[in-house]
Amino acid sequence: MTMKRTVLLTLALATGLLGSVTAAPIGYQTPDEVAAFKPGPNLDVVTNNCTACHSADYVNTQPPVKDRKAFWQAEVTKMIKVYGAPIDDADVGKIVDYLAATY
Amino acid sequence: MIDRRDLLKGAGLAAAAATLNSTRALALDTVTLPFTNGERPLVKYPQKRPMIGLTSRPPQLETPFAIFNDGPLTPNNAFFVRYHLSDLPYNVDPDKFTLEVKGKVDKPLKLSLMDIRKMKATEIVAVNQCSGNSRGFSDPRVAGGQLGNGAMGNARWRGVPLKAVLEMAGVQTGAKQVTFNGMDGPVSDKTPDFVKALDIEHATDGEVMLAYGMNGEDLPFLNGFPLRLIVPGYYGTYWVKHLNEITVIDNVYDGFWMKSAYRIPDTPCNCVDPGTAPKATIPINRFTIRSFITSVADGAKLKAGRATLRGIAFDGGKGIKEVSVSIDGGKSWTQAKLGKDLGKYSFREWKLPVKLAAGPVELKVRATSNGGETQPDTPRWNPAGYLRNVVETVRVTVA
Repeated sequence: MTMKRTVLLTLALATGLLGSVTAAPIGYQTPDEVAAFKPGPNLDVVTNNCTACHSADYVNTQPPVKDRKAFWQAEVTKMIKVYGAPIDDADVGKIVDYLAATY
Repeated sequence: MIDRRDLLKGAGLAAAAATLNSTRALALDTVTLPFTNGERPLVKYPQKRPMIGLTSRPPQLETPFAIFNDGPLTPNNAFFVRYHLSDLPYNVDPDKFTLEVKGKVDKPLKLSLMDIRKMKATEIVAVNQCSGNSRGFSDPRVAGGQLGNGAMGNARWRGVPLKAVLEMAGVQTGAKQVTFNGMDGPVSDKTPDFVKALDIEHATDGEVMLAYGMNGEDLPFLNGFPLRLIVPGYYGTYWVKHLNEITVIDNVYDGFWMKSAYRIPDTPCNCVDPGTAPKATIPINRFTIRSFITSVADGAKLKAGRATLRGIAFDGGKGIKEVSVSIDGGKSWTQAKLGKDLGKYSFREWKLPVKLAAGPVELKVRATSNGGETQPDTPRWNPAGYLRNVVETVRVTVA
């Protein structure tokens, strides 16, 4: 009984010590990505170009605005000019059209 | 009267049921924030309770608002999460982690986590709030993370003053700013890495700190494990997570995340006419003053008679002097009783017993700081949807 208690106490102390020094969530795992783009024209172009850097919910959660074309043109331009998204010139119009028509 | 704690218990049960029955999970695990396109999944991440999912890669999680009624400190497992770039240090090893201090210093440093933990520790209770908190309420709406009011939290941070670390390194004459970089980075080398800067006077004020502890535990991974910057009173954009690189520079840092992003209009109210662009901008800095009712949800049905309203208030560091509450849509105001003072950077709880008469009722709350700052009756607007601090209104039906 006494021995058991000592063992438990030692264990508790050791765990406590470890807990304060290295409670390392090494190998942290995020849940599966479930958000998807809505169906629409040029969906494949959008998927290929946008999902390398971020999940689809970045687009899905944006607010409805009056001038959708201008809104999405500005966003796509920002992705290219500011964040360096490697989007072919030929794809830019297709992506903007999809976003303005779908969101 | 319906208490948010009861609502929260309900949500907990729903979440528990969801894990047992995944078919029902889809229906149960959504919340709708009170603006157009505000439907969000409730998501479960390791070290976190079910949170409002804004985005999954990189992860952005909002705190369900009812949690703010549970006490002045936000639990680690409910604390909001905001990242900019998708390459997260998922495999960080705290035993091998090093913090580098370099640039215009006499003695560049490489400190292990143990080195930092061996230094004299300090603690501060401080609110961290995302610059984009409440952006979803912007009118007209603006691009960016569409958050409700849950991208904020209050914690007791433990660590070392940045000042002490900079003194060890010996800041050289002519130093102007200090930059902060974390282990998280972009997936493309063409995307600007997330680096923030503070003026040298601010960085060495003794309050800015490097924290490894949060509410008596290690930082959760998604809140910056193993080390993050704490900038009391300042928006979360400066609170760099997974912090491993500090550089003292002799100029004003001109990286994208300071020079182009996180800017506010350079006008007295830091606002412009809705829908217009500012002529000049400055980096976002201190919080505006805010207050919330946490004990009653918008749209709640309450019983006529006596009830106690409760909530929280905070500001950019002067401390809360007074909180007033109106139960008649702002016609008359009564001073609430303030809760325990946990420091000028903390949430300050308040409560007020009221007597509610039957009918539709607009409850309002307004805080005033020790510096005299108070909240506006109409929202100020800026193109990024920052700084929201309008007097909040909770509409209820009393019967």
